[in-house]
Amino acid sequence: MSQLIWNGLFVGSFYALVALGYSMVYGIIKLLNFAHGDIYMLGAFAGFAMLTMAGALATSAGFLALLVVLLIAMLATGTAGLILERVAYRPLRSAPRLSVLITAVGASFALEYGMRLVAGPNPEVYPVRLEGTTVHLLGARVTVQQLALVVIAVLLMLGLQWLIMGTGTGRAMRAIAQDPKASLYMGINVNAVIARTFFIGSALAGAAGVMAGAYYGKIDFLMGFIIGLKAFTAAVIGGIGNIKGAMLGGLVLGMLEAFGTAWLGGEWRDVFAFSFLILFLTLRPTGLLGERVTERV
Amino acid sequence: MTWNRKKAPTSADTPRARVLNRLLGERRLGWIGLAVALLAPFVDASNYSLSVLTSAALFVMLAVGLNIVVGYCGLLDLGYAAFFAIGAYVSGVLATTYGWSLLATVPVVLAAAVLAGVIIGGPTLRLRSDYLAIVTLGFGEIIRITANNLDITGGPSGIYGIPGLELFGLDLSSPVAFYYAVVVIVALAVVGAARLGRSRMGRAWRFIREDEDAAEAMGIHTYKLKLAAYIAGAVWGGLAGILFGAQLSAISPQSFTFLWSALILLAVVLGGMGSTPGVVLGAVFVSVLPELLRDAADYRFFVFGVLLIVVMIFRPQGLWPSQASERTPARRPEVQKEDAWQA
Amino acid sequence: MAGVADAPGTLSAGPLLDVQDLHLDFGGIKAVDGLSFSAHDGDILSVIGPNGAGKTSAFNCITGFYKPTGGKVLVEGNDITGARPSAIAARGVSRTFQNLRLFGELTVLDNVRAGMHMRMKQNAFDALLHTPRFRRSERQATEEANHWLDFVGLRGDRGGPARNLPYGEQRRVEIARALALGPRLLLLDEPAAGLNHGEKLELLDLLRRISALGTALVLIEHDMGLVMQVSRRIVVLNFGKQIADGTPEEVRRNPAVLEAYLGKDEESHADETEVPHD
Repeated sequence: MSQLIWNGLFVGSFYALVALGYSMVYGIIKLLNFAHGDIYMLGAFAGFAMLTMAGALATSAGFLALLVVLLIAMLATGTAGLILERVAYRPLRSAPRLSVLITAVGASFALEYGMRLVAGPNPEVYPVRLEGTTVHLLGARVTVQQLALVVIAVLLMLGLQWLIMGTGTGRAMRAIAQDPKASLYMGINVNAVIARTFFIGSALAGAAGVMAGAYYGKIDFLMGFIIGLKAFTAAVIGGIGNIKGAMLGGLVLGMLEAFGTAWLGGEWRDVFAFSFLILFLTLRPTGLLGERVTERV
Repeated sequence: MTWNRKKAPTSADTPRARVLNRLLGERRLGWIGLAVALLAPFVDASNYSLSVLTSAALFVMLAVGLNIVVGYCGLLDLGYAAFFAIGAYVSGVLATTYGWSLLATVPVVLAAAVLAGVIIGGPTLRLRSDYLAIVTLGFGEIIRITANNLDITGGPSGIYGIPGLELFGLDLSSPVAFYYAVVVIVALAVVGAARLGRSRMGRAWRFIREDEDAAEAMGIHTYKLKLAAYIAGAVWGGLAGILFGAQLSAISPQSFTFLWSALILLAVVLGGMGSTPGVVLGAVFVSVLPELLRDAADYRFFVFGVLLIVVMIFRPQGLWPSQASERTPARRPEVQKEDAWQA
Repeated sequence: MAGVADAPGTLSAGPLLDVQDLHLDFGGIKAVDGLSFSAHDGDILSVIGPNGAGKTSAFNCITGFYKPTGGKVLVEGNDITGARPSAIAARGVSRTFQNLRLFGELTVLDNVRAGMHMRMKQNAFDALLHTPRFRRSERQATEEANHWLDFVGLRGDRGGPARNLPYGEQRRVEIARALALGPRLLLLDEPAAGLNHGEKLELLDLLRRISALGTALVLIEHDMGLVMQVSRRIVVLNFGKQIADGTPEEVRRNPAVLEAYLGKDEESHADETEVPHD
C-alpha cells in the first residue's frame, strides 16, 4: 500500500513538472501546446548529449554532474520553448483557435521527427543511471536517488510558486491570464510575458526530461507523446490553468496509475489514465481546483 | 442595382482557385478525378502500384471523413485513426473468428463507430472545442493499446487471414478487382460527404465553424450538430477500416498509431479544410508522395510537421481552398411583398 | 406609423415577452439589476441608457447567452430563463449582435439560410440521395433567402462571401438572417451603429416594415433621433437599473432620464462597450 503511494508520488512528480508548463501556457493564452511533451523529450536528449560528451567525467561525478546537466538542459529547453513560441505560435496569436491547434500538432511532429533525424530512430541509453541504496520509509522501498529526484521536483515547484506569487513577472502573468487586453492597456509587455511563460514551462519540462532519462535509463524521440497526454490529463484533473491544480493533478494521476497498475496490470496503465481524463471531463470538467471551462459568449 | 454576378472575383485572395473552380465546377472535377482513378491501372498494373493506388484511395476516404469534422465543423480530431482501427478490427474479428463475410460486418462496424463517437464526443463536445483535440488524442491511444492487450484482437501481432472483398457473390479479392471496388466505394464516400456538406446539416456545421454563438442564435443546437459531425466522421473512418483490413488481410496495432491520424489531418489541412477537391488532392499527395520519395523517408515526417506550421501561418485556407460562391441568376428586383412572409 | 399591426390575433393571454426582475452579476459587478419590462405583438420597444448600463447584458440574458442570476424571462407565458439560445430561438425569438456576427467566409445567401435551419424539411438521407424533398427544400430556402435580402434592400453580391460586403450591407444581411427565422420577437442590438444618415433613414423604414409583419421589435439604440421616431415605448437603464419605462414623450420629460443622460453625455451615437463581454 505505502509502496503504491510512493510509486504514485514519484511518477506523479514528473507528471506535475510537465503539467505545470501545459497549464501555465493554457492559463495565459488558452493554447493547448501539443508540443509540450516533446520539449520534455528535448530535455532528455539535451541531457543525454551533454553527459555523453562529458563522458567518464560525468559518470564519476554522478549526481552532481547530473545537477549541472539538469540546469543547462533547462536553459536549453527553455530557449527551445521561446523559439517555438516566437516562430510557430506568435504569428497566429489572433488566428482562429483551430489554426493554432493544428500548428501545435505540426510543431510536435516537427520536434519528434526532427529529433529522429538527429539522434536516429532507436532508443538511446542514458550514460548515467541512478541506481542507489534502498531505504525503507514507512513501509515503502525507496531509493536515495528517487528521493533526490522528488526533492528536486519539489524545489522546482516551490521556485515556480515563488516566481508567480512573488515577482513582477508572476504578477504580469496572472494579469494576462485574467484579461490580456486590459493588461496591454496597463502597460504590460504581453509578448514578453508570454515568452517568459513559455521559457519557464519548457524549462520545467526539460528538467523532467533529464530526470526521467537518468532514472529510467532509456530515451527515444517519441517519449514525449505519452507524457504530454498524461501531463494534460494531470492538468485537467487539477483544473487547467491553475498552477496548484497542475501539481495536485500530477500527484493524483500518479497515484491513480499506481493503483490502477496494481489492479489491472501494467499494460492497461495508459488506458486507465486516459479513461480518467474522459471521466473527469464528463463529471467535473473544471478539475479539482479549476474554474469554469465551458465557453462563454 | 443589378443582381448579375460580377465577372471579377470579389475576393482577391484566391483568384486562381476561383477561376479553376469556375472553369471546372465541382461535379465535372469529380468525374475527371474518377476517370483518372479508373484509368490509372492501365498505365501501370503491377501489384505494387495497385497497392499504392488502393492505399491512396482509402486515404482519400479517410480524408473526406475527417474533413467533415475538421473542415466543415471546425473541430479538431486527433484520434481519427481510432475509428479506422475500430472498423478494421470489428470487421476483421467477425470475419476471421466468426467467419462472417465483410459485407455482413458493415452494420456492426457502423454501430461500433457510432457508439464510439457518442462515448468520446458526448462528454467532450460540451466543453471548449480544443478539449476535443486532446481527448481524441487520448482516445486514439486507448483504442490502440486495447487492441494490443486483448486476446480477441490478437494482441501485438494482430489479426491475419482477413478475407478479401466479396460483394453479392462476386469475388473482388484480386488486386485489380479490389482496386476498382475501392475506387467505386470511395467515390461514393466522397460524393456523400460533399452532399452532406451542401445540405441543411452541412451548412449548420459551417455556421458553427464560423461563429458558434451566431449559429446558436439561429436555433441551431450546436452541441447536437457537433456530435452529428463527429459521428459522421466516425462512420466514414469505420467503413474505410473495413476496406483497409480487406486490402492488407492482416492488421496489427502498429497500423493505427497517432502518425496515421496526423497524416490524415495533414492531407485535410494541406488540401484546404472544407474543400472536397482540395482534400482529395491533399490525400493523394500525402499518401503517394512518400512512395515516390522513399530515399527521403527520414526527412518526410519532419517536413510534414513543418508543413503544417507553414501552411497555417501563410496559407490557412490550404492549397485548394473551399469557395464561398454561388451562382446567383439574373433577377429582376422583385417588388417587396409583405404577405410573402410565412413562419 | 401606419401599418402597425394592431390586432395580435392570437388568444395567448399576456405579453409576448415578459422580463421579470432580471438580475445578472459578474463577480460582484451588477450588470443588470432588477430589470422588468414586457413587449407585446407588434410592439416597437427601445432599451436605451448610457454606456455600460447593461443593455446588451440584458439582451444576452433574454436570448440565453448569459444565465441570469435572478429573475425570469417569459415568452408567451413560457418560462425560458436559462434555456439554451437555440431553444429560445425555437420559440420565435431572433436577434442580431452588437458587433456584427455574420458567417464571414460563407455566402450571403447561406448566411440568410441559417435563419431557416429550423424550418427546412430535409434530413441526412434526403441530402445523400438528393431526393425530390431535398431539392424542393433547397429551392424554397434559396427563394426565401432572396426574398429576405430583397426585403432588407441588399444591393451587393449575394453569391460571394459575406465579409466582402461593405459594413452597412453586412448589417442588412444580419437583419435578413434574423428575419429568416420567422420570429415573433426580434431583438436588434444597435442596428444603426456605424450607419450614415441615408442608411439610417432606410433602417427606419425597414424597422417599420418589419413591425408591419407583426413581429415585435426590441432594440438597443444610441441614436436618439431614431429611437424617438420609431419606438412606441422606451425602457431606460442606468447602471443595470431601470430608471424609466414609457412612451417617447414620457421618457423625454422624465427627470431621472434627463439626469442620467444630460448629466454626462449628450452624444447620441457613441460606440458602446459593455461591461464584461467576451
